[in-house]
Amino acid sequence: MSLVKLLLLMSLALVMRAGAAVEIQRPRGVPLSKRQFYEEEKPFTCLDGSRTIPFDRVNDDYCDCKDGSDEPGTAACPNGSFHCTNAGFRPAFIPSSRINDGICDCCDTTDEYNSGATCQNTCRELGRKERESLQKMAEVTREGFMLKQQLIHEAKKGQEEKQVKLTEFQSTKKGLEEKVEALRTVKEIAEEPEKEAKERHLKAWEEQKELIRMEKDKARMAEAFLELDDDADGYVSVAELQSHPELDPDSDGSLTETETQGLLGGADKVDTTAFESVWSSIKGKYLLESQSDPPAPVETPQEEARDLGSDHDSDHYPEDYAGEDEDEEEDEEDDDPEEEEDKAPPTVRTPEKKEDDEMSMPPYDAETQGLVDAAQKARDDFDEAERALREVDDQIKSLEKEIGFDFGPSAEFAYLYSQCYELSTSEYVYRLCPFNRVSQKPKFGGSETNLGLWGQWAGPEDNIYAVMKYDHGTGCWQGPNRSTTVKLTCGKETVVTSTSEPSRCEYLMEFTTPAVCQEPPSLEEALHGHTEL
Amino acid sequence: MAAFIVRMGPVLMLWLAVCVSGSWAVDRGNFKTCDQSTFCKRQRALKPGQSPYRALLETLELTNTKLTLQLINDNNKVRLLLELYRLQGNMTRVKINELKPLKPRFEVPDVLINDPPTEPLSLLSQDENGMVLSLGADSQRLIVSAKPFRLDIMEGREVLLSLNSRGLLAFEHLRIRKDTLADPEGAEKKEETDAASEQTEGEEATKEDEKVEDGMWEETFKSHTDSKPNGPTSISLDFSLPGVEHVYGIPEHADTLKLKTTDGGEPYRLYNLDVFQYELFNPMALYGAIPVMLSHSPQRTMGLFWLNAAETWVDISSNTAGKTVFGQMLDYVQGSSETPQTDVRWISESGIIDVFIMLGPTPTDVFAQYASLTGTQAFPPLAALAYHQCRWNYNDQEDVAAVDQGFDQHDIPYDFIWLDIEHADGKRYFTWDPHKFPQPKEMLQGLEDKRRKMVAIVDPHIKVDNSYKIHSEIRSRGFYIKNKDGGDYEGWCWPGNSGYPDFTNPEMRAWWASMFAYDQYEGSRENLYTWNDMNEPSVFNGPEVTMHKDAVHGNWEHRDLHNIYGLYVQMATAEGLIQRSGGVERPFVLTRAFFAGSQRYGAVWTGDNAAEWDHLKITIPMCLSLGLVGVSFCGADVGGFFKSPSPELLVRWYQTGAYQPFFRAHAHLDTPRREPWLFGPENTALIREAVRQRYALLPYWYQLFYHAHRTGQPVMRALWVEYPQDTATFSMDDQFLLGRDLLVHPVTEEGARGVTAYLPGNGEVWFDVHTFQKHNGGQNLYIPVTMSSIPVFQRGGSIIPRKVRVRRSSSCMEHDPYTLYVALSPKRFAQGELYIDDGHTFSYEKQKEFIYRRLAFANNTLSSRNLAPGSQFTTLSWIEKIVILGASKPSKVTLKMPDGKESQLEFDFDASMSVLTLRKPGVNAGVDWTVVLQ
Repeated sequence: MSLVKLLLLMSLALVMRAGAAVEIQRPRGVPLSKRQFYEEEKPFTCLDGSRTIPFDRVNDDYCDCKDGSDEPGTAACPNGSFHCTNAGFRPAFIPSSRINDGICDCCDTTDEYNSGATCQNTCRELGRKERESLQKMAEVTREGFMLKQQLIHEAKKGQEEKQVKLTEFQSTKKGLEEKVEALRTVKEIAEEPEKEAKERHLKAWEEQKELIRMEKDKARMAEAFLELDDDADGYVSVAELQSHPELDPDSDGSLTETETQGLLGGADKVDTTAFESVWSSIKGKYLLESQSDPPAPVETPQEEARDLGSDHDSDHYPEDYAGEDEDEEEDEEDDDPEEEEDKAPPTVRTPEKKEDDEMSMPPYDAETQGLVDAAQKARDDFDEAERALREVDDQIKSLEKEIGFDFGPSAEFAYLYSQCYELSTSEYVYRLCPFNRVSQKPKFGGSETNLGLWGQWAGPEDNIYAVMKYDHGTGCWQGPNRSTTVKLTCGKETVVTSTSEPSRCEYLMEFTTPAVCQEPPSLEEALHGHTEL
Repeated sequence: MAAFIVRMGPVLMLWLAVCVSGSWAVDRGNFKTCDQSTFCKRQRALKPGQSPYRALLETLELTNTKLTLQLINDNNKVRLLLELYRLQGNMTRVKINELKPLKPRFEVPDVLINDPPTEPLSLLSQDENGMVLSLGADSQRLIVSAKPFRLDIMEGREVLLSLNSRGLLAFEHLRIRKDTLADPEGAEKKEETDAASEQTEGEEATKEDEKVEDGMWEETFKSHTDSKPNGPTSISLDFSLPGVEHVYGIPEHADTLKLKTTDGGEPYRLYNLDVFQYELFNPMALYGAIPVMLSHSPQRTMGLFWLNAAETWVDISSNTAGKTVFGQMLDYVQGSSETPQTDVRWISESGIIDVFIMLGPTPTDVFAQYASLTGTQAFPPLAALAYHQCRWNYNDQEDVAAVDQGFDQHDIPYDFIWLDIEHADGKRYFTWDPHKFPQPKEMLQGLEDKRRKMVAIVDPHIKVDNSYKIHSEIRSRGFYIKNKDGGDYEGWCWPGNSGYPDFTNPEMRAWWASMFAYDQYEGSRENLYTWNDMNEPSVFNGPEVTMHKDAVHGNWEHRDLHNIYGLYVQMATAEGLIQRSGGVERPFVLTRAFFAGSQRYGAVWTGDNAAEWDHLKITIPMCLSLGLVGVSFCGADVGGFFKSPSPELLVRWYQTGAYQPFFRAHAHLDTPRREPWLFGPENTALIREAVRQRYALLPYWYQLFYHAHRTGQPVMRALWVEYPQDTATFSMDDQFLLGRDLLVHPVTEEGARGVTAYLPGNGEVWFDVHTFQKHNGGQNLYIPVTMSSIPVFQRGGSIIPRKVRVRRSSSCMEHDPYTLYVALSPKRFAQGELYIDDGHTFSYEKQKEFIYRRLAFANNTLSSRNLAPGSQFTTLSWIEKIVILGASKPSKVTLKMPDGKESQLEFDFDASMSVLTLRKPGVNAGVDWTVVLQ
């Protein structure tokens, strides 16, 4: 092979024209379209014009032209390309590095003319197969395209219906908005007198409560006076008062005489009338004797509670009740210290609703009740109207969302909306819900994995509707979030035909649908466009 | 392939989560420090200058082949036997064993290719303090000092190397356990003694040799207990290297080429381990261990080969380390400098001291000396030097076909596609997953049709499954490694519960090799080759992710031979591939674990690296270090195994990998796909170009490997190897040489605008291989770079053959013509070689079927002359073009053939770059010819 003369190995191309065979000579590897640049016996100019060489250096197995054009039929140039005619099938260009490399690339075997490789001419067979498959494809495309027209029609109808619906909903919404506004006014009007009547009622109740409280206080004062007046002389003296250490104003543990005198307003003793003013200053601390022993420190139970309870509980326990009804409770404690008798000390606060029950507010009078009822009805009406408005709003939103989807140039993909398509493999069931999500569920138990949520159309620029992209699925260990690419091909049926995971956590789904079927060229065109004459 | 993945069940998952969460770095806690390896701790605690060893000169015996001498430990009176050999080729071998061990101690077999031939030693003088021996014909002397025992090797007046000069020789003799196991209070007592000994530490600690220390008879690391039935058995010896500031070798570590001193840090560790996400720039052990260290100074290159396969630690200290350049200058100016000196110390857990001192004096000599001991690089099939496409995992046959197709579509050549563990049926090696790879033979035939090949993984852990033929055969033949209690050792690995065949058993290896026969390995064909991973061995639930040291291989503990297990796996596998072809075809086997001698069996890669720029950089010192100690066929996963590389990193890695010996892209299961065409047309073009440069240069690569195979010279070389006087090169590991003639400084910085390459050789010239621009040697050259730049220079004075017609695989290029690149030296001289054979069989060796020619340019005449007259081979390849760099314009170029025929050659002269191109000499590459420029 070293000194094999490869000069101008001319290939004989069998060309069919009007049924007659004509032989056209040209250097090996040159396509018909470039034949005129290779004229025998004339110097050859590299196709890039870079230099001119004697014609016997064309295909002489040495690369003279930078663009490789002098060696269309040998492997000498790194950037050359070889043309196979492939009569009976499709002509092709192959990189010139595949000439005589021992591998049959051209179905007409012309690339392996000096490698010892035995190649079979398979062009006719390939051509036949291709024609068959083109025919089949054309059939599918034709039928698919018809279906697509139907889909477009339906989508258009659907779209119109939706538009109509939307308009309806929008006008409904408008009506509802007005209604809501009107009912709001009604409600507000009804609530004004209701509020006043309620306040009135409440105030009356407060006053009554105050009276009761004062009476109770008086009774307690009287009781305390009797208790304190140990010698029953009608006076409470300093000495008598001193038996109640809980009254110690500076809480230093001893109730001195001076302090006691101070409590008595400077007097040595007081009678019932003067006791009234003394009472008001001691009643907060005063413990009736029946409940005052042992005079245990108030803090102890609290500390115990903190110690015994978990940190968490003890930290939050008292606060849980703070603010809610603390004031009320304290009020009532003040009102009814006796009521506390058999209760836990006040620092360990247990919810206590008993007083409320005992001292519950009396029912509204008929007039107030009437106002309340009226207001309630107005409120209910208003709420209902508002709910109706929200519902309509939701419907509008979902309609708008649907209408807003890019369902293709003629909305031919609209029919996929809110549908799901499944494919079962040996291990999993894959589920594609177009414009929504892709998921995978193990066949034999196990939870579903999200393989991606609708992202966008992701085909090539000239055909963006050929590919759907779903992303932001469940995350992968050390990897990205799962995502799925769905390739759409023309088919009569809408079906997921295959799934795979070409790269970790990146799924590929093949999906056929009539919606991507293109208008088929006539069969004649399809065949002739692919076969060199 | 990986250390760990998710699909290992919940327990491992949990373990993993703990292990990898947060950071990407190695979990150091999984691996021992010297302190945690009790023998290392004990040995390292010894202080220099207190050697208890004394030579008993009266026991001296000197025969024709060796000297023997007894040593005594004056502390415990245990005697050692020293054997000293002068080996042919300027080497000295020192063996030290117990004179009368309780039972034999392990001596590593199968590493030396033969019993090294000896030369006679002669006694020159002797007195009561020692003796002087003559080492061969040179002016070399060996001085034996008696007390303390010490050896010095002198040449003239210079000490080249001393043994035990720091008195760190320590030999833990075999002993009978004294603290009886039956003593229940033993543990307590021990603690007490420990406490006591802590208090009295330093007083006379070394005197009482029999003292029982923690970890002598049992050692626990994490949850694993090592039963140590033989007790303490470690050995240690120190070496001093006067005049030496640079030491290299002892791979495998992810560290700089020049070894660092270990004072105050961890020693370099040699213990084959599967390290998950290894860290760079530290002395931690990795997958392989070659206990060979080279020392180098402008005066001399030497080597130390510590033949021991047990866990080994190496300490390095230097009296100049830490001195600033200014300090060193000051020493020099004031003349007060002490001689620089490097001290090294080797510590091994068991076995004997068996050390080969290779005295050089040149780097080439040391390579030849080491090769004479352990053999040379296996000569790989040519295709193995081409590009390999790997991924964990190519999913199924369709995936393989699609990737194969992708390479053709994007016109990128490749030779091998690889299948990782998922290809097998449930990780049962030698089988195929019936769903994913139902027709392996058809798949392989499909690749064969494209003249391409495949590698499938076969790991040494065998799934314990009675219905799995490989397992049941190994079990029934008793070929599994045993646990300490005598049952088959079992551990957890990819397939789940696994057994580990005892590859140290020659019968086991023979059986294993027979499993590669085409009728045994179902679905295999001629173009299927093998990859041995996890052969440290990796045991997921073992101590330090490897095998228990008290596991049993016949008469020996795993402890004794751990580091050589991986070598045996590759040895048996390579043997299998040879046998299946009836001894005709050269094997190709890749291994992750290795030991001294592994170079004889195939290729090595640097394991599970990561897609990070530093990992790209470390590929250079890691492969250079391996090259220095015999393993030329080295590479790193292109792109990085863990994590996902940026397109820039991936491109730079291809550009670097294209100029490293083993060129394979690989990726972790959980990373996004990264076939070369997935990063846009620009990056595809950049990768295509890098791969094509590799293919064009295959003739040179092949020739370098032929050389490595014949002589042991490394393929990828540190600069100092070729420029041993040039101190500027001594620490250089961001560039390298391929053979002598190509200098590569790959771009390994992110966003690089330029690199500074050092062109060595005062008075030499270098030619940019892409632009042909000439640069002077002996300078730092700034080279502006773009994404397409791969700075490579051809040495003036060299001739490199290329095949510039790059095709889709190397086989397709077999008969293609050569282009010769003649780079003239300033004296207008150049020399090169051309080696050609069939590319895949042993015929080059057995039938001398090869072409080996000298190409020389001198006196304006370029000629091709036969270098191997006894050989015979015909090639269809011819000389297509001759490119002469640094030429002047001739008036006439004449091609002369031996039969007297003459013809004029057309030529082209590029005056701007002084490049002369001779058009189409057209002569056959296998014949004599001459071209005369006039």
